Amino acid sequence: MSFHKIAHYLHIDTFLLCTMTLLFLMGLFILYSAGNQSFILIEKQIMHILLAGFIMLLVAQVPPIVWQRWAPWIYGLSLAFLVAVLLMGHIGKGAQRWLSISGFRFQPAEFMKFAIPLLLAWYYNKIHLPLSFKSILISAAIIMVPVLLTAKQPDLGTAILLFAAGSAVLFFAGLSVRIMAGITLLLTTGMPLLWYVMHDYQRQRVLTFLNPERDPLGAGYHIIQSKIAIGSGGLFGKGWLTGTQSHLHFLPEHTTDFIFAVCSEEFGFMGNILLITLFMVIVMRGLYITVHAQDTFTRLLAGSITVTFFLSFFINIGMVTGILPVVGLPLPFISYGGSSLVTSLASFGMLMSIRTHRKLITT
Amino acid sequence: MRKAHTPFKDITHEVELTEHRSWAAFIVMLFLVLLLLCRLAYLQIYKNQVYTTLSTHNWLDLVPLEPIRGLIFDRNGILLADNTPVFSLDVIPDKAKNLNKMLAEVGKIIPLSAADLTLFQKQLKQHRRFDEIPLRLRLTDLEVARFAENQYRFPGFLIKARLIRHYPFSNSFSHVLGYIGQINNEELNSIDTANYSASRYIGKLGIEKYYEEDLHGKVGYQEVEIDANGEPIRVLKQIKPFPGKNLYLSVDSQLQLAAEKALDGHRGAIVAIEPQTGQILALVSMPHYDPNLFVLGLSSADFQHLQQHPDHPLYNRAIRGLYPLASTIKPYLALEGLDKDIISSEDTIYDPGWFMLKNSEHVFRDTKVHGTVDLTKAIITSCDVYFYELASKMGIKRIDNVLQQFGFGKLSGIEMDEEVAGVVSSPEWKRRVKKAPWYEGDTIISGIGQGYMQATPLQLAVAVSTLANRGKRVAPSLLFAQQELGKAFEQQSPILMDTITLNDEENWDTIIHAMQKVIDAPDGTAHRFGPHPGYTIAGKTGTAQVHSKKQDEEGLEDQKKLPEQLRDHSLFIAFAPAEQPKIALAIIVENGSTAAVPLAKQILDFYLNKKEPSHVIP
Repeated sequence: MSFHKIAHYLHIDTFLLCTMTLLFLMGLFILYSAGNQSFILIEKQIMHILLAGFIMLLVAQVPPIVWQRWAPWIYGLSLAFLVAVLLMGHIGKGAQRWLSISGFRFQPAEFMKFAIPLLLAWYYNKIHLPLSFKSILISAAIIMVPVLLTAKQPDLGTAILLFAAGSAVLFFAGLSVRIMAGITLLLTTGMPLLWYVMHDYQRQRVLTFLNPERDPLGAGYHIIQSKIAIGSGGLFGKGWLTGTQSHLHFLPEHTTDFIFAVCSEEFGFMGNILLITLFMVIVMRGLYITVHAQDTFTRLLAGSITVTFFLSFFINIGMVTGILPVVGLPLPFISYGGSSLVTSLASFGMLMSIRTHRKLITT
Repeated sequence: MRKAHTPFKDITHEVELTEHRSWAAFIVMLFLVLLLLCRLAYLQIYKNQVYTTLSTHNWLDLVPLEPIRGLIFDRNGILLADNTPVFSLDVIPDKAKNLNKMLAEVGKIIPLSAADLTLFQKQLKQHRRFDEIPLRLRLTDLEVARFAENQYRFPGFLIKARLIRHYPFSNSFSHVLGYIGQINNEELNSIDTANYSASRYIGKLGIEKYYEEDLHGKVGYQEVEIDANGEPIRVLKQIKPFPGKNLYLSVDSQLQLAAEKALDGHRGAIVAIEPQTGQILALVSMPHYDPNLFVLGLSSADFQHLQQHPDHPLYNRAIRGLYPLASTIKPYLALEGLDKDIISSEDTIYDPGWFMLKNSEHVFRDTKVHGTVDLTKAIITSCDVYFYELASKMGIKRIDNVLQQFGFGKLSGIEMDEEVAGVVSSPEWKRRVKKAPWYEGDTIISGIGQGYMQATPLQLAVAVSTLANRGKRVAPSLLFAQQELGKAFEQQSPILMDTITLNDEENWDTIIHAMQKVIDAPDGTAHRFGPHPGYTIAGKTGTAQVHSKKQDEEGLEDQKKLPEQLRDHSLFIAFAPAEQPKIALAIIVENGSTAAVPLAKQILDFYLNKKEPSHVIP
């Protein structure tokens, strides 16, 4: 049996899988260096990848119509978890994000990354496009309730991604440009108001983002050291395993949120171009799948997944390079960690499901 | 019943919409990615230099390595200054938490005196937070062991082995060697800070200061990789420090100790020079002090004690003490008078015990009535009236001239910055400094070395050394030789200056013979030197008045009845053997009346009659 046939049988999108594998390989190389050549870290990350890959495979087997049917239930359950985490969640790194059920710890906010697009796509599939004012209001509620709950944990990064995932559905559903401009305007003017509801550490981050040299050894340290790592990498980098910023522990969080700086330091501008190109190839494939999806539900879902993926790496690189505030988001596929990997691969499972469960119709 | 209006889904429209929106999303995403790439290009290409520098600053630490200070020996290779390893307890304030509490705790293990603590607090203010500051120096082995056991309780405290300057003879060479001490702010401005980046000490005085550049050596460097906590990971590159030069001083430490022993109990100075070479054989100033105290850091109380001591042990009398030349001036004036035919050796004068100028009421007294005296007798008995007359005939210009020829009134050039020049008084000098006109009387008393002129013991020794050399002038020098690591022993050659030439070279011997009789003749002022020392000796005594006698007082008074600080200073200049001088000597005993002569005998006996140079143990 040929590889193509196996792939087809397992509902795998070969193109996506190959690109992702390349990214994973690159990621392991970077992680090996960032983790000071610890094989334990690599083994663990490989386990994460295998687990997440298995989940992706599982998700891919489920036809989109099933996801569509379950969408309200998934959303409802996720919302229930999100409320539960506020009431009795674990506290880690100053935020209440984790829920533990019979020893298995997970972040309910991660589920929302699918739940919101699923429900919105389900909803728009039912009603007629273009969107009416009433449907926009309902959509806003579907998005904002989990977003606010997540922001309250507090987990600003995920909240932003949730907002983006929901908005992406709206965008693909044809939300008028005027309304989008209006919302953008509202958000920018509302920023100063946001200041009053922010946690102290979030305010610090914003202040530090605006001027990292304000506190070079405290809050600004991360971003200053990160910029040094990136800038000193130059065009071709210092070479694999020779980055001084990460190996001598100047760069904080160098295996997780700031791993992009390690890549920049050791592989330089060229390495970054390769990495970003791979990301963009995945994005383009996602858009391809979106355009070729067969119904409104899958089109909206695929579009949202793609845009969310784009934003997750864009925001991460943006914050590591200092053009966006530090919000605490990992670099997808590269950063060490299982939780976010499972979610993002599950979403790619959905993309594959959308791609491979098309009915054969000739147009 | 109306069927609910369910409009048809416009499939084509929705596909088109998705396609449009996908393109729009793609374009926006491309734009954003471009933005990222621009940012990356800015950081990695445009600003690469800046960030590379910052990165290097982050992980590369340049640790300076202190060079070993050159050793100082005497001319026979006896060690006068070395570096001994000591263990000290150091503190890095930045790493110590709750410093004051820790200091109290450490005090229970290693005794800390109040002086230690004050000095530490003082240094704490002067150093950076991450510098190592010594808390206590010279730990005993037991203390080191006791602290090592408890090390874990005191983060930021560490035992450090370092080399510390040590002067094995302690007091004996203090006024020659000087000492080193911690570099102060003023010195920081004048030194090459790069070369001193690892050094804490610098020469403060004496030889240690004068030859600082040679003794210090050249700093070395270590390039060390450090992590974010500033902990060194490994040494990448090392440039070894280059040790300072070893110096061999011209001083003969045995003679120095003998001279010191002779002068012990007095205030005064002794300078001995080898006339042929100008090399200083001994340079003693008493009382003296222990330079080791300054290396370890003196508490301000101890320093004040030294500074305010009535005998001024810190005062280097040999090169800074200013005394009237007194009668030691007489041989030089006599020589000038002879050579310029102002007097002849046969001429006599009558000394009634006093001298008066023609148009003045002022009486210049002599120590006694000498009667008829010629030149030789005038020198032997130190007849004042003879020299009042000579001075009157010579005039102050000539006197100044001869004094300057013999090196008075200017720095001798010895390798010590602290030396003072002394004064050769002239009418111009008096007008300028004293704002008063010059009187004939000023010239008269210059004839017996009183008045405004002042000289250091070193200048007295240099002048008598020139006399011993029959006019050949050699600059005094404390350096015998030096040796740089890996290079040959480099002996210092004498620095010759303009020779004093006489119209008649015989005059040298006339004066020197007279000076020999100062000791040999029964009426010589240095007759108590004693007969037959085993060598020939020429000398001249001097008595510098501290307490000025009134006009109507008797010339002679019993010095022993005076309180000590009012007694005359006793001066003696000498050289021996008279024909082939090996040593020239100047001795000043403050308030010592006539004490200088027997001291000279002790020193000359020791130097000229010694058999083999025996080893001196400090």
